[in-house]
Amino acid sequence: MNSGAKRFLLAAILVAAVLSYFSASFNRYYLGVLIDIGINIILAVSLNLINGHTGQFSLGHAGFMAVGAYTAAKISIVFSALVPPQFTPVIFTLALLVGGLLAAIAGLAVGVPTLRLRGDYLAIVTLGFGEIIRVVLQNMESVGAASGLKNIPHETNLFWAWMFAAVTVFVITAIVNSTYGRGFIAVHDDEIAASSVGINPVRYKVTAFVFGAFFAGIAGGLYAHHKQFLSPTGFDFIKSIDIVMMVILGGMGRTAGVIIAAILLTLLPEFLRGFAEYRMILYSLLIIVLMIVRPQGLFSFGKRAAAK
Amino acid sequence: MNSLLQLENVTIRFGGLTAVSAVDLQIGPSELVGLIGPNSAGKTTLFNLITGVYQPTDGNISFAGAPTAKLKAHQLARLGIARTFQNIRLFASLSVFDNVRAATQLHRARGIRDALLRGKSFRRGEEQNAAHVMELLEIFHLGKFRDEPAKSLSYGDQRRLEIVRALATKPKLLLLDEPAAGMNSTEKIELTRLIRFIKEKFQISILLVEHDMPLVMEICERIAVLDYGIKIAEGKPGEVRKNPKVIAAYLGEETVT
Ligand SMILES: Nc1ncnc2c1ncn2[C@@H]1O[C@H](COP(=O)(O)OP(=O)(O)OP(=O)(O)O)[C@@H](O)[C@H]1O
Ligand SMILES: [Mg+2]
Repeated sequence: MNSGAKRFLLAAILVAAVLSYFSASFNRYYLGVLIDIGINIILAVSLNLINGHTGQFSLGHAGFMAVGAYTAAKISIVFSALVPPQFTPVIFTLALLVGGLLAAIAGLAVGVPTLRLRGDYLAIVTLGFGEIIRVVLQNMESVGAASGLKNIPHETNLFWAWMFAAVTVFVITAIVNSTYGRGFIAVHDDEIAASSVGINPVRYKVTAFVFGAFFAGIAGGLYAHHKQFLSPTGFDFIKSIDIVMMVILGGMGRTAGVIIAAILLTLLPEFLRGFAEYRMILYSLLIIVLMIVRPQGLFSFGKRAAAK
Repeated sequence: MNSLLQLENVTIRFGGLTAVSAVDLQIGPSELVGLIGPNSAGKTTLFNLITGVYQPTDGNISFAGAPTAKLKAHQLARLGIARTFQNIRLFASLSVFDNVRAATQLHRARGIRDALLRGKSFRRGEEQNAAHVMELLEIFHLGKFRDEPAKSLSYGDQRRLEIVRALATKPKLLLLDEPAAGMNSTEKIELTRLIRFIKEKFQISILLVEHDMPLVMEICERIAVLDYGIKIAEGKPGEVRKNPKVIAAYLGEETVT
């Protein structure tokens, strides 16, 4: 409710810029992990708007991410060949935004017809959406089909990843903490009571989907220009589950907790590289233990109610 | 009488059950009307019809001169109909303050854009809005619970918070569904004062469903009686109290003095 939020945004971007400036001296591996963290924060915080604040259950986040990733990558590949090199950052920015917008449109397309569905039904439909996207990509020759999209320009650095992470956190907390944004949580808590005070639940749910999908698309674009290679299998439903895990672990609707969870769940697989196949087992166990011991999420301290 | 709310022949059937049957009812501006009747008479169902939770199977409802058919609950709230619920429905994960604040969003127009740009006018608007919410909470002595989770309040306070939340939408008509349920006698006396106060201060109409007869008889200007979905009587408290049909269906002999 004050300009503190804006100050946070500027400070975060500044930190990203400074770190990025010195990043040439960083170990390449750690640098890559730091960028992964930024991208995962964007994914987790944006899914938190849909699943946490608004109380829906989407399993389609990898699908939105894929839409953004492939769109941005294709734009970069096509256009950077046509313009002088000093323009590539401009192309990159535009590519990210177009990727985000296309993902947002996909969010609208999935959100509108499925809003009457609840809980597990919505989960199944969004899961199906993610799989459809993946199958379509697998068969699209223009983006490399099953063998993947190669030679994407390397544009994502620490600055871009963290800057967009900061923007995502800013945008979503600014919206949710405003008077308007209390409506998301009202819809989450009780749709009938929300309608009784003039809140349109459908509108809020679609909005959550569109915004969530937009940022997932941006994250996808950043990912594409970070890894320089996209494969449809990278966007399967396991990827969606990974993001859902971050939201559940962090505590649905608690932004700070979700950020911490995104960081930890980026680092964890790095430590467990040797046991990659056991990750799903570990996650399942983690969820079961969590549901019993700390149903409010591992990193949710204090009460969400106190959020300004 | 130029009526604010008008029900004509309103009927709703759930399968074979006619929960509300051909009810006519009018409420004028700044009027305080009671709606009584035995359990399952259709009182809450009538509230749900008026607020757009259900659509009538038959009949017409109009509010402020315009038919409300096909309007959704949130649209009716925007037109000026607010309510409380028989089973309290507060926003469980929001604070007392935010429960009320959420109910002011319908008056804060360009929500998202302003929230993002966070310009001066947005911030001033949010501050004024917060002050307005606090003022409402203070009027009803809930200001001290500002940051408490709504669900941590006592039962009586939760009922009052629900009333404050409804008032925050700036309604023309307020529907109260058994506001005294679960209250002790001191709280009931306080509630009686409160309802009168709301009507005076906010100049709104109130439709009150309540099983507490002394309270209803004391404050209502007019009372309608439902039984098996049918309106069996309507009139001044004194008249309704003596009506043999009402006595037989609901009040029983002992309440008549
Ligand atoms: N959605 C519904 N589906 C089927 N039957 C319903 C539905 N809603 C209400 N009813 C039935 O309609 C009748 C009227 O119920 P309602 O809740 O309106 O009564 P009430 O007058 O508010 O009673 P109480 O004083 O106990 O609150 C009841 O028989 C109830 O079971
Ligand atoms: Mg009832």
